[in-house]
Amino acid sequence: MITADPAISITGLRKSYGGVEAVRGIDLEVAQGEVFALLGPNGAGKTTTVEILEGYRSRDAGEVLVLGSDPQSADPAFKARIGVVLQSTGTDPYLTVAETLELFGGYYPHPRPVAEILELVGLTEKADVRVTKLSGGQQRRLDVGIGLAGDPDLLFLDEPTTGFDPSARRSAWEMVKNLASTGKTIFLTTHFMDEAQYLADRVAIISQGRIIAQGPPDTLAGRDLEATVIRFKLADGAELPKLVRATAREAGDFLEFSTANPVYFLHELTGWAMAHDVTLEGLEVTRPSLEDVYLQLTGIGSEGAEGQEAEVPS
Amino acid sequence: MSGAALVLRQLRFTNKAFWRNPAAAFFTFAFPLLFLVIFTTLFGSADIEINGNTISVATFYIAGIAAFSVITACYTNIAMSLTFARDLGILKRVKGTPLPGWAYLAARMLHAVAIAVLLVIICLVFGILLYDAELPLSSVPAFLITLAVGAACFAALGMAITTFVPNADSAPAIVNATILPLLFVSDVFIPLQDPPAWLDTLGKIFPVRHFSEAMQQVFFPPPGGSAFRLASLGVLVLWGALGLLVAVRRFSWEPRR
Repeated sequence: MITADPAISITGLRKSYGGVEAVRGIDLEVAQGEVFALLGPNGAGKTTTVEILEGYRSRDAGEVLVLGSDPQSADPAFKARIGVVLQSTGTDPYLTVAETLELFGGYYPHPRPVAEILELVGLTEKADVRVTKLSGGQQRRLDVGIGLAGDPDLLFLDEPTTGFDPSARRSAWEMVKNLASTGKTIFLTTHFMDEAQYLADRVAIISQGRIIAQGPPDTLAGRDLEATVIRFKLADGAELPKLVRATAREAGDFLEFSTANPVYFLHELTGWAMAHDVTLEGLEVTRPSLEDVYLQLTGIGSEGAEGQEAEVPS
Repeated sequence: MSGAALVLRQLRFTNKAFWRNPAAAFFTFAFPLLFLVIFTTLFGSADIEINGNTISVATFYIAGIAAFSVITACYTNIAMSLTFARDLGILKRVKGTPLPGWAYLAARMLHAVAIAVLLVIICLVFGILLYDAELPLSSVPAFLITLAVGAACFAALGMAITTFVPNADSAPAIVNATILPLLFVSDVFIPLQDPPAWLDTLGKIFPVRHFSEAMQQVFFPPPGGSAFRLASLGVLVLWGALGLLVAVRRFSWEPRR
């Protein structure tokens, strides 16, 4: 089996701004061809980390290798292999979309044809429109297009869909999926759980400058091993039999059960309800979402019974 | 691609974008001419003496406004457009590509110099046609060199001043405050006749008067003397070098906020 060098490897990365530690010792590895999402609340250190990887920031400590180079060296040969989509950047407002892509493509040794990029980011019809005339979403797609101008091996996307409406977000996601299917490594930062869930092969959650969990979105922090929660409202006067292998608790009008064996539990519950003609109003079966995991880990949703009950084994 | 080819390519796009904003382009050219017409109308009928030549003030203004054109096109325009490009994140984006930073800035500077040259030529034609100005043929080498040295000096200073401008909103105020007073006391807008000693010293320290006097000497060389004002050109080179040093040391590709 061939083991390729990782696209990105970070060990012990630290960075402070005027005595405030923005990044406090991060270790990460991103494989080639992987879509990796760095997920975290605002101010967690996402942008600092990604800008160190892109070569914009120096670091205080740690080892960083991106495509085998130290990004701090600011080597043009390194920059020729990465594509950078920053959070907020402008372009010359008086050039057209196609001219802008042509201009940026010319900075790279092997530019991607402009027509191809236009197609990829869905701006073919806007090719001859000046950048000033684009909508916010189209502007962002142009940002991604510029990031692709040099046909990079590794693309950085810093919060690619912040400020998008839901349909623009969907189409941006499809675009990123397309790119990923061509084998590019994509490193994206986001504070949207659904975005990380949908796009990423692997997710790392960053909070206060530290990575507090990482793994595939479906199994992050033992999400898949967590108990399933079943909740419903019991009709007045109905007496629930003793149900097996579940812990019950009351949440307002609702009864909530956590169980590791939902199939068995539900069979017993619904069997009883049908036999006795009892309605289970608002019956719901949920697994902890990525959002639940995220909220617990970042400490945002730690108040209230629900959060405490669902503590994640570390 | 070689360095020169990169710069030329960037220059082509910079120029394209410049002409796409006709209002800005128009006023870049109209502004110095407006000053030329206003000043010659107000003060043009008197005579003054420069380098032992007695000339009309109207003719004097050809040299003054030529110097002014170079200063607006290079110092003011570079300082403002770079600060705006920095605040819009254009500079930061360019910095993330393999294009060397110097190539981007060189293209900006060359474009400013080209605009300055065009402006000076327009001034000259205007002056020759309307105000009996003339550029002695023997002065042409001195004219070109003075123009080049002045344009390079003020372009470098324009880049340097961006490092003291915190954001685009404050750029016009800071850039104008640093240049307008000097334009009034440096023999550009108003002929300087027997200035008080402190004003004289001020003019000798800063580059604006050296440039306007070097320009005057091109148009009105002392009888039998050279059209090159070497001491002034030397001061311009020093200021340009200082500007470049500050720019290289302090230049920021990202918004400073």
